[in-house]
Amino acid sequence: MAKGVVKMTVSSVTQKLGAIDVEHVGRTYTDANGNRIEALQDVSINIRPGEFISLIGPSGCGKTTLLRLIAGLDKPQAGELFLDSERIKGTNHERGLVFQQSNLFPWETIENNISAGLKARKVYKERKQEIAHYIQIAGLKGFERSYPHQVSGGMAQRASLVRALINDPKVLLLDEPLGALDSFTRIELQNKLLELWYERGTTMVLVTHDVDEAIYLSDRIVIMTPRPGKIEEVVEVKLPRPRARNDASFIALRSEILEKLHLVSSTKQIEYYL
Amino acid sequence: MSISEQYIQDKSFETNEQVASSQPEEVFSKDLHGLREKYWKKPSSIWPLLQIAPFIVALVVNFVFPTVQDVSMLPYRIFLVAVITFLMGAYVLTFINRKIKIITNHKSQFYFAVGIVLIMWDVSTTKSNFFPLPFFPSLAQILQVMVEDYQSLLISTLYSLRLLVFGFAIGTVLGLTTGVLIGWYKQWNYWLFPIIKVIGIVPAIAWIPVAMFIFPSSFYTEVFLIVICVWFPVAFMTSNGILGIQKSYFEAAKTLGGNERFLIFKVAIPGAMPSIFVGIYTAISLSFATLVISEMIGAVAGLGWYINWAKSWSNYAKVFASIIVMAIVFSFVMSVIFKIRDRVLIWQKGLLK
Repeated sequence: MAKGVVKMTVSSVTQKLGAIDVEHVGRTYTDANGNRIEALQDVSINIRPGEFISLIGPSGCGKTTLLRLIAGLDKPQAGELFLDSERIKGTNHERGLVFQQSNLFPWETIENNISAGLKARKVYKERKQEIAHYIQIAGLKGFERSYPHQVSGGMAQRASLVRALINDPKVLLLDEPLGALDSFTRIELQNKLLELWYERGTTMVLVTHDVDEAIYLSDRIVIMTPRPGKIEEVVEVKLPRPRARNDASFIALRSEILEKLHLVSSTKQIEYYL
Repeated sequence: MSISEQYIQDKSFETNEQVASSQPEEVFSKDLHGLREKYWKKPSSIWPLLQIAPFIVALVVNFVFPTVQDVSMLPYRIFLVAVITFLMGAYVLTFINRKIKIITNHKSQFYFAVGIVLIMWDVSTTKSNFFPLPFFPSLAQILQVMVEDYQSLLISTLYSLRLLVFGFAIGTVLGLTTGVLIGWYKQWNYWLFPIIKVIGIVPAIAWIPVAMFIFPSSFYTEVFLIVICVWFPVAFMTSNGILGIQKSYFEAAKTLGGNERFLIFKVAIPGAMPSIFVGIYTAISLSFATLVISEMIGAVAGLGWYINWAKSWSNYAKVFASIIVMAIVFSFVMSVIFKIRDRVLIWQKGLLK
């Protein structure tokens, strides 16, 4: 609870925005066989500044497509997207993206990977003394000169997290960043993510397969369905923070969400008994 | 790296000073381990000493048996003494340095065989005339020619090197530029790639007649030929390398706020470097061949020219001398390029294994 209070004050002091408005967005792909696939159909959602929101759903539901549209790596065919009422056109450092694989540049050292954003934006000289701080945040002190393949998966993912954060993005887009990690490292990184979120009040949009992860981290969970990709429901997570995974309300919410994902269907069970 | 080690490293941000201080030692032992993998011959106490013997025998044979050819033996004897001194020095150092010990041990059998070959060579030429002159000169005679004619050999070497450096530098710059253009821009790819593909297949020396009337001097002609044979493989492999880079690296660079310039210079070119060096490697081999052939045809100096000139005098000792110098110079150039490659691609170390 105390951490939540800290978060409120920080975000109000820095006045950092980061509201995303997705309005009636549609995106269709043509696959290798020439079939049209509706990745997104008439999707609308308003993400509040400083909110932690998760997109969850079976594969093919368009959650990664939606994330790439927000990042500006892809263009919608219908509808519009806005960041703080400004229309999203192309990529920008204000919308940072962390990929499923660490995706660090293999030819740069950890330090140069972390500072890549500063160089990309030509603010390296002014801000290079901050790099050490970010290396510290990532817990990578002593590994500045290592190359990405020389460190573990968790370390690489922490590096790519701060690589995006060093640009002070208003929104951090997370495309299953913890999906490829073992469960131990995963939990450690979830806590790191929360810690950074409390401190900075950055809007977080997380794509995940993991219901537990979504509940543990999010303010709201967006459940999506495939073919065509649509928002099925938005679930508000009202559990107090810090959250405990074995809490009764946590478990209840998990089964509720799983139910909505049609993975565990209580209605079917009832039919069964009848 | 085992999983437990990884875990230790992963957790090491809490105790990173310890890890950092223990790193150099670990690297050193890994280095020695790598050495043993590369120099795999079984450790022996005899071979490092035994390898010196045939060279001493060669020296004795050279002194004891009468010489039937007209040749100055001094350069050959100095050469043998130098080799013996070198091997003895290496043997002494094996007691001090572990690295030298491993390498000397590994190479000793080979040096032993080289010594035997030298004895046989000397006996079958200067001592017996079994292989007749002028086609099969002795090593003594080749060395004698090298010493006596060192000035023209040196000038020829410098000529060839100058040609190689100019041609190679221009060719690489042009190759990189065209490679980036056709690898990055669709329009450039559309217009230039077919030309590169077709012209690249034709050996550079086929252009000799054309180049000879286009360029004012033989030097420019030769530079042109080397540029041609460097340009296309480098361009081809550069564009290939850029097209082979994972899209997600470009996407990451974009979301970090990188503009096109950043994408080209910080992602496309470094990402294509492994492929670029394959192109450079191909190019350097081709340019050695082109260099020698083009010098044989129109040049006024150079190692290729030297071979041709010596041949017309039937001085095969000079031909062999030139070949030996070529072998030394070209392997030196090669090793410089490998050094540069290892430096540039240091990030790949351990990635491909």
